Amino acid sequence: MTNKLRGVLPALTLASVVLAASPAAAYTVFVTNEKDNTISVLDSVKLEVVNTLKVGARPRGITLSRDNKWLLVCTSDDNRVEVYDAKTLAPVKHLPSGPDPELFIFHPSGNPLYIANEDDNLVTVVDVQNDKVLEEIPVGVEPEGMGISPDGKILVNTSETTNMAHFIDTATHKIFDNVLVDTRPRVAEFTPDGSQVWVSSEIGGTVTIIETATRKQLGKIKFEIQGITPDAIQPVGVRMTQDGKWAFVALGPANRIAIIDAKTFQVVKYVLVGQRVWQLGLTPDDKLLFTTNGTSNDVTVIDVEKQRAVKSIKVGRYPWGVVVAPF
Amino acid sequence: MAIAASARSAIRATLACAVVASAAAVVTAPSTTLAQEAQPPAVAPAATTREPGTQQITILLVRELVDRLPPLSLLDQPPKDDGIAGARLAIDDNNTTGRFLKQSFSLDTLEASDPAQLIADTVARVDKGAGFVVADVAPDTLVKLADALAGKQAVIFNTSAADERLREEDCRANVKHTAPSYSMLADALGQYLAVKRWRNWLMITGSNADDKLWADALRRAAKRFGHKIVEEREFKYEVGSRRSDGGYEQIQQQIPSFLQGAAAHDIVIVADAARLFADYFPYRTWEARPVAGSAGLFATAWHPAVELWGGTQFQNRFKRLANRNMRPLDYNVWTAVRSVGEAATRRRSADAKDLISYMLTPEFEIAAFKGRKLTYRDWNGQLRQPLLVATDKLHATVSPQPEFLHQFSELDTLGVDKPETRCRAYAK
Repeated sequence: MTNKLRGVLPALTLASVVLAASPAAAYTVFVTNEKDNTISVLDSVKLEVVNTLKVGARPRGITLSRDNKWLLVCTSDDNRVEVYDAKTLAPVKHLPSGPDPELFIFHPSGNPLYIANEDDNLVTVVDVQNDKVLEEIPVGVEPEGMGISPDGKILVNTSETTNMAHFIDTATHKIFDNVLVDTRPRVAEFTPDGSQVWVSSEIGGTVTIIETATRKQLGKIKFEIQGITPDAIQPVGVRMTQDGKWAFVALGPANRIAIIDAKTFQVVKYVLVGQRVWQLGLTPDDKLLFTTNGTSNDVTVIDVEKQRAVKSIKVGRYPWGVVVAPF
Repeated sequence: MAIAASARSAIRATLACAVVASAAAVVTAPSTTLAQEAQPPAVAPAATTREPGTQQITILLVRELVDRLPPLSLLDQPPKDDGIAGARLAIDDNNTTGRFLKQSFSLDTLEASDPAQLIADTVARVDKGAGFVVADVAPDTLVKLADALAGKQAVIFNTSAADERLREEDCRANVKHTAPSYSMLADALGQYLAVKRWRNWLMITGSNADDKLWADALRRAAKRFGHKIVEEREFKYEVGSRRSDGGYEQIQQQIPSFLQGAAAHDIVIVADAARLFADYFPYRTWEARPVAGSAGLFATAWHPAVELWGGTQFQNRFKRLANRNMRPLDYNVWTAVRSVGEAATRRRSADAKDLISYMLTPEFEIAAFKGRKLTYRDWNGQLRQPLLVATDKLHATVSPQPEFLHQFSELDTLGVDKPETRCRAYAK
């Protein structure tokens, strides 16, 4: 019954948007709740939870297949990647993932999927059509962040205890360079043009900007917030608008996100969100940014143009990852 | 790596090789087909097949075998590899990172019950180039070892002694402390009890010298955080045989009668540094009051149930390696060995002089599953770190508590702060 309802809901919201000629398109926002073993499904126009899906143990990383048909979740404590139909939310299959999958990213062509195995110092390459592990690439201690260049040629993985960004050639599955960054790198994000990789360092408190071609450091963003102790500023999630103008960095227990001019690397604004903000998701039109606030059990919605928070929405316990579908 | 000075060092050499080999095994374990190409030359047992240009870094773990009375609970009996397993994990972690930088780490362990022998062996190793000494030794031995190594190219990490004097009047410029001091532990607990407003303490102290030191730190914490010690009693306890059939019948009578007639209190604080008797107190008090200090609620650098801040993977890695839970000593040793690894990574160097001086700069920091960067205090070499305030099963909180502020670092609200220190060695 719930499946039927789910099928109807997106259609309804789409219709209502068209009728109201609302400027914002309706998207579906998926949030993993690490503690609850659920995914909260939000409507980007109503800005409320419209459904909750039970999944495997300790869901963290979440993404969509490149054709948006599948919703994939790293259920870390079940040591697998669960695949759901993104529209009906019906379970499709489980992918072999290697132990303790945390974050993952698709090749731009849609296959394979690259998974960071936090507990096993590996990046696992999985063919998602044939459910086969193609390769295991040994990386540093506690691999986490995963970024891929828009042309699909370079995969970047960060390892939290080794403190490096590993540059991996996707053709050979070999590491061709390692860039030392500040302590506990969590997320690697390519700029839309592929020329840079931004790496957040949670304990180091910085974001390092690396030139893809040379692996040279182009800049390092430091954060300073009045009334917040520097140790509490812990950058994790990084997202950029497709026009390459704005970058957003989640600052963990500083309870804020930083809005950064992606050209000058200058922080232009800090926006107060919920507690221990970790991951970020942009709507496909780059108008709204969703933040997962782990210890306040909510998601904050930020109006990108106005650069301010518009609403916080209660989800499950310890929201971790977020992805927005274009429907 | 192998020094054939004595039978003991022959064993040591075997141990060290085993450690390197296991590090390689961990790296290449996931797939046999991958193993060949995945195993970088730097991770192979470095003593035999070292790739040209690989930097070799040996860490010396120095253990004084001390006859100690066994702790009361069977659950607290120290395993034979207490601390060693922490060192092995850190060596593995250092090597996983090191293979990207052509750095190879190995562990060499010295053990002796005679402090003079241990110090002589260590000096001999340092004279041959070992620059990093991770020590699990008695306080007096630590001071003597530091003096014996004074002027040499070596740094010592104190991983087990909580004694304040080692950071204060007896501090040495060539010693760092990853073990929290008694005052840090007492302040971590004292802050939380202040937040709870459990202000009136009935304090019970054991008869051993260490108990008195621990009690001093608790008294200091009480004063700092506005508590009142309403009464103190000394618990004179002959340990005897730890184990005997029966025994609870007598204890059930003794503890409440010992606590009878005490001034009104919110909590019973027990200072029993070696946990020889403190665990007799919870649920046996005269008044219905909680127990803290050395039993009940206690402060600690590490707890086997902690999964905060990525701790899950850390605990899992340790359990796979050692087949047991990680203990505070393992954590303190891990942090020491990782400090060397982190310095080597950042400096891309294996030179002891270079790494030791880098570890003294304000830039040096390490991530050690405490949710924030850890640094060493520049006035006495003590590692700043949040401490867990826990029961046997789970942490109740983590100190410093947000209510206590500091002009430089909240972590300096734990323990003796810069303006109060009596350490002069670092000022020179």
